[in-house]
This record gives sequence, C-alpha cells and structure tokens, in this order.
Amino acid sequence: MSAVQPQQPMGSAGNPETLGQRLRVVPRRSSTPSRVADVTFKALVWVCAACVLAIVGFILMQLIQGSWLSLRQFGWKFFTGSDWDPVNGNFGAVPFIYGTLLSSLVALIIAVPLSLGVAVFITEMCPRSLRGILSYLTELLAAIPSVIYGLWAIFVLIPLLRTKVEPALGSTLGWTGLFTGPIYGVGMLTAGMILAIMIIPIISSITREVLVAVPHQQREAALALGATRWEMIRMGVLRNARAGIFGAIILGLGRALGETMAVTMVIGNRAEIAKSLFAPGYTMASVIANEFSEATDDLYLSALIEIGLALFIVTIVVNVIAQFLIWTVTRGTPRRASV
Amino acid sequence: MSEIVPALQWHRRVTDKLATAIAVACVLLVMLPLAAIFAYLVFRGIGALNLAFFTQIPRPVGETGGGMANAIVGSIVILLIGSLIGVPLGVGSGVYLSEYSRGQFGRLVRFTADVLNGVPSIVIGIAVYALLVLRQKHFSALSGGVALEIMMIPTITRSTEEMLRLVPSSIREAALGLGIPQWRSTLSITLRTAMSGIVTGVMLAFARVSGETAPLLFTAFGNQFWSTRLDQPIAALPLQIFVYAISPFEEWHRLAWGGALVLIVLIVLTSASVRWVASRGFVEGSR
Repeated sequence: MSAVQPQQPMGSAGNPETLGQRLRVVPRRSSTPSRVADVTFKALVWVCAACVLAIVGFILMQLIQGSWLSLRQFGWKFFTGSDWDPVNGNFGAVPFIYGTLLSSLVALIIAVPLSLGVAVFITEMCPRSLRGILSYLTELLAAIPSVIYGLWAIFVLIPLLRTKVEPALGSTLGWTGLFTGPIYGVGMLTAGMILAIMIIPIISSITREVLVAVPHQQREAALALGATRWEMIRMGVLRNARAGIFGAIILGLGRALGETMAVTMVIGNRAEIAKSLFAPGYTMASVIANEFSEATDDLYLSALIEIGLALFIVTIVVNVIAQFLIWTVTRGTPRRASV
Repeated sequence: MSEIVPALQWHRRVTDKLATAIAVACVLLVMLPLAAIFAYLVFRGIGALNLAFFTQIPRPVGETGGGMANAIVGSIVILLIGSLIGVPLGVGSGVYLSEYSRGQFGRLVRFTADVLNGVPSIVIGIAVYALLVLRQKHFSALSGGVALEIMMIPTITRSTEEMLRLVPSSIREAALGLGIPQWRSTLSITLRTAMSGIVTGVMLAFARVSGETAPLLFTAFGNQFWSTRLDQPIAALPLQIFVYAISPFEEWHRLAWGGALVLIVLIVLTSASVRWVASRGFVEGSR
C-alpha cells in the first residue's frame, strides 16, 4: 500500500483524508456480508450527521411557520414600533431590542477588560503551577447554570447594588444621565453585571486559545530586541491576535444576546425605553420566557415567536462572524473542543 | 546615550509592573463573584438540605417543610431522555465527521453544529414547543427531553470528532491490515481507543444541559406533584429553582437555595470527574 501513496509519518494525528484514499486502493474487498455491514454502518453515521443539519433546518422552519401571522400582519413595522399592547393586538419589538442591546453592551464594557486581563495573565504572566488551577476556576464560572446566577443576583447582588453601589454611582456620575432616577436594584445595570460575569469565561477562554496560537518566535523576537514583558505582550502577542480576540468578544456578545434566565430574574421586566441604567427594562429573550405560556391568542403567540426568530438569526450571524475571526488566527494550530 | 537609557528604562519598567498589577487585579476581580456564589450556595443551601428535601414533594404555600424530591426525579427523567437520543446521535455524527467526511458535506455539518451550539436555549424551547407541545396539546416530559437532546448534540458531535482525530492513523491501518472490516475497526478499535475522550465530551454536555432552564419553560413546564409520565408535565430542578426564587415566600426561597446547592454539586462533581478521566487518558488536549 505504501507504494501507492508516499509514506505518512507514523502517528500523525488521524488524517482520514489519506486513510480514505488508501482504502480505495485495497485490492480485494472481503466477503459480501461485511461489505453490507460496512455500507450500513456508513449510512448510519451519515444519518446521524444529517440529523444535525435537519435539526437546525427544522428550528428555522418552525420559527418561520410560527411567526407567519405576525410577519404578514406587521412586516418591518414590527422592528420599528415601540408599542407592545397584547390587549389591542398591537406589537412592536423596539423596547426589547433596545433592552437586549443595552444590557449586552453594559456586559461587554465590564467583561472585555477583565477577560483580557485574565487571559493575558494565565497565558503570559502566571507561574506554570497556577495556570491549570486558574483556567479550571474560570471554566467553573461557565459551568454555573444561568438560573443559579439569577438566584444569587436576587438575594446578594441586588441588595448590594440597591443599598451601596447605585446610590454611590448616582451621586458621583449622576450628571451623565446614565445613573439617575429611582433606585430599584433591578434594572439594566444589574442585568449587565450578571451578564458580564456569565460571559467572562467564554471570552477569556477563547482569548487564551488565540494567544496560545500566536507563534513563539514573535515573543522571542520582541524579547530579543530588548522589550519588557508587557511590551512583548503588547507588540508581539496582542497585536498578532487582534482578530481572534475580536472574535472572542463577538462570541461573548452572542451568548449575552441570547441569555435568558438570569436576565429575566434581574432586569425588572418592563417594556420601556429609558436612558438611565437604573431603570428596569426588558429583553427579547426574557419577554419570551415571561409571556410565552400566557399568550392566549394566535397573534400574540406569533409575535413572540417572531422575536425568537429574530434572536435566532442575529445569534447565527454573530456566531458566524466570530468563528471566522477566530479561525483567521488559529487556523494553523489544531482546534480544541468548543466551550 | 548612557544617560538617556536609564530614564527610558525607568518609564518602561513602571509600565511593565503596572500591566502585571492590572492583570492580577483582573484575575482577583473575576474570582470574587465565583467565591461569593459558591460561599452563598453552601451557606444558604446547607440549611435547607435534610431528609425531607430529598424525599417529599413541595407543601402548599404557608406550610413549612416539604422538599424537592419530584423535581430531582423529574430532572433525572428528562436528562435520561435527552441522553438516550442525544448521545448516540452526537457520537454517530462525530464518527461520520472524523472517519468518513470528505469535502463539502462534512464541512457543512461541522459548521452547522457550531451554529447550533450558539443558538439561544430559549429559541430551542420555542421550536420544540411548536413541534411537540402544540401537536400533543399539552406540555410533556418527552418534549423537555427532546429540547435538552438538541442542546447536547453539537457539543458531543464536535468533541467526539476531535477525540477520534487524535487516534493515530497507524492504529486504523493496523486493524485494516489485519483484514478487519472498517465498521468493526471503527467500533472496536478507533472508538475504544478514544473512549475516555468521548466520555469526557458526553459528560461535559450532560453537565451543561443539566442546569438549563429556558428550554424547559414551555416544554416540561414543571409540576408541583409527583409525575414520571412522559406525556405529562414534569417537575425539573432548575425550573423549580426559578419559580421559587421569584416567589415572595421565605420558605420557598430556602428550598430554592437547597435545590441550587444540589444542582451545583452535581455539576461540579461531573466536571471534576471529567478532568480526572481526561488527565488519565491519552488525550492531552482535552483540558
């Protein structure tokens, strides 16, 4: 067989491409029953793989079908109207879109610097013995279910914000207009903070992966030119990993946009557009969570499903962009299991 | 020259130290909520756990006592349904991607799995609602299981594929060289070699969905009473925690903390055992 193909290095991490090519030149297939078994097995795993495609297709189909009524009735007005009035059958999604975007933005503003700091520390600065435990701990943050974040926020974070943090913010930064109005504890700021805690592990672990993928020569070259460690990180590592880090941030954004339970529990659930971060709001995901099982008439249900459809499309677009950006940095190195 | 350099060095050295300090501060700031959450879970949760918590169903509002036995059993039922469908499908498509896929179709499946991984769980809940709940005319344990299964598949698919790719070609070739048909070689040689890695992926997927609440809201729906019937609404631990957490009753808050502690212990045990299995297997890259 090796006469047909050039010799592969032994133990090269499984390369089915060449294996497949080799299989084709096996001169004589064994007996027919095992041939049948081979074909059956291949068909079986093909069906499994096709199921993945089918599931996504079916989700899209169900969403379009379910939201058809609302799509036809409102058209684009659905995404420009700010009136959400189930009683009179009038639906506009702007307050929810605003709430989703604003809470995710707050989350990114808090989470991005922190996650970058953590990623840089773990990959470039920390002693080898700490590396494993620190990455395990940040991943543990990702393992905590959303509903537990919500529970903790209700009983710990909200009282803390209401009594200490928000009054302080209001008196020092009230002039910006972002921190004014009555203090409830629940609201955009709380939602943004809890979202930030939830997306930090995603952003920092992907950033770590990207930083590790930056070739070692870049670091060595910078150090050899007399750079300090920070200058080496800034010029040799971060600059080369820019696109990938951006991808990690966008992936975190994708997670924040679709996050449901914790946000529903802390954002206050009021369909209003307010400039102040203290004010309660509502997000696309949380309006679905709260009102879906109460939606009695078809149009109401259809409008909620349309919000789900919009969320589905937006998260897909966001994820595709993120995957592409991460790929531009890590394409040379083997990928690790997704988070 | 020698006079300029020290001044420059001083400035640069301070920046360097400052950057390190900021990075350390970031790590500490991130560890703070982690520590706070676990401390509160243990502190508030331990008090709620007793025999009744694991053996009784919730009491009506106003009475003290009662437990979350039905929610724990319900969660197990839903997770079992999810795993029964999700694990074979996920492993199967992982095998396809690693052993058979060439060209476009494989790439499409891989891409779709990544997309599915990013779809918000509440959207999956809606889709399953439209497929099963609307047709059956009522919420059911089965539909909850299906929702979780959809969430498990992409994780299992991608991790299985990656673990199988770590198996050296020479092992496959040795098996084929001995005249073993390919399906046999894949099943009893390649898959067996990568088994610890695949189990790791499955356990991670399991841990991830065991705390999912949003897709169960309008599929499994929750239930205050005992039910293990697949065609009826069923209680689930995360759902019950949600309902109790936003309720105004002190007694229910206590139960919510207890439930949260049980859930997090389950998840941490799973992920810790995964690390242990992964560190012993041959697969190094599996974290």
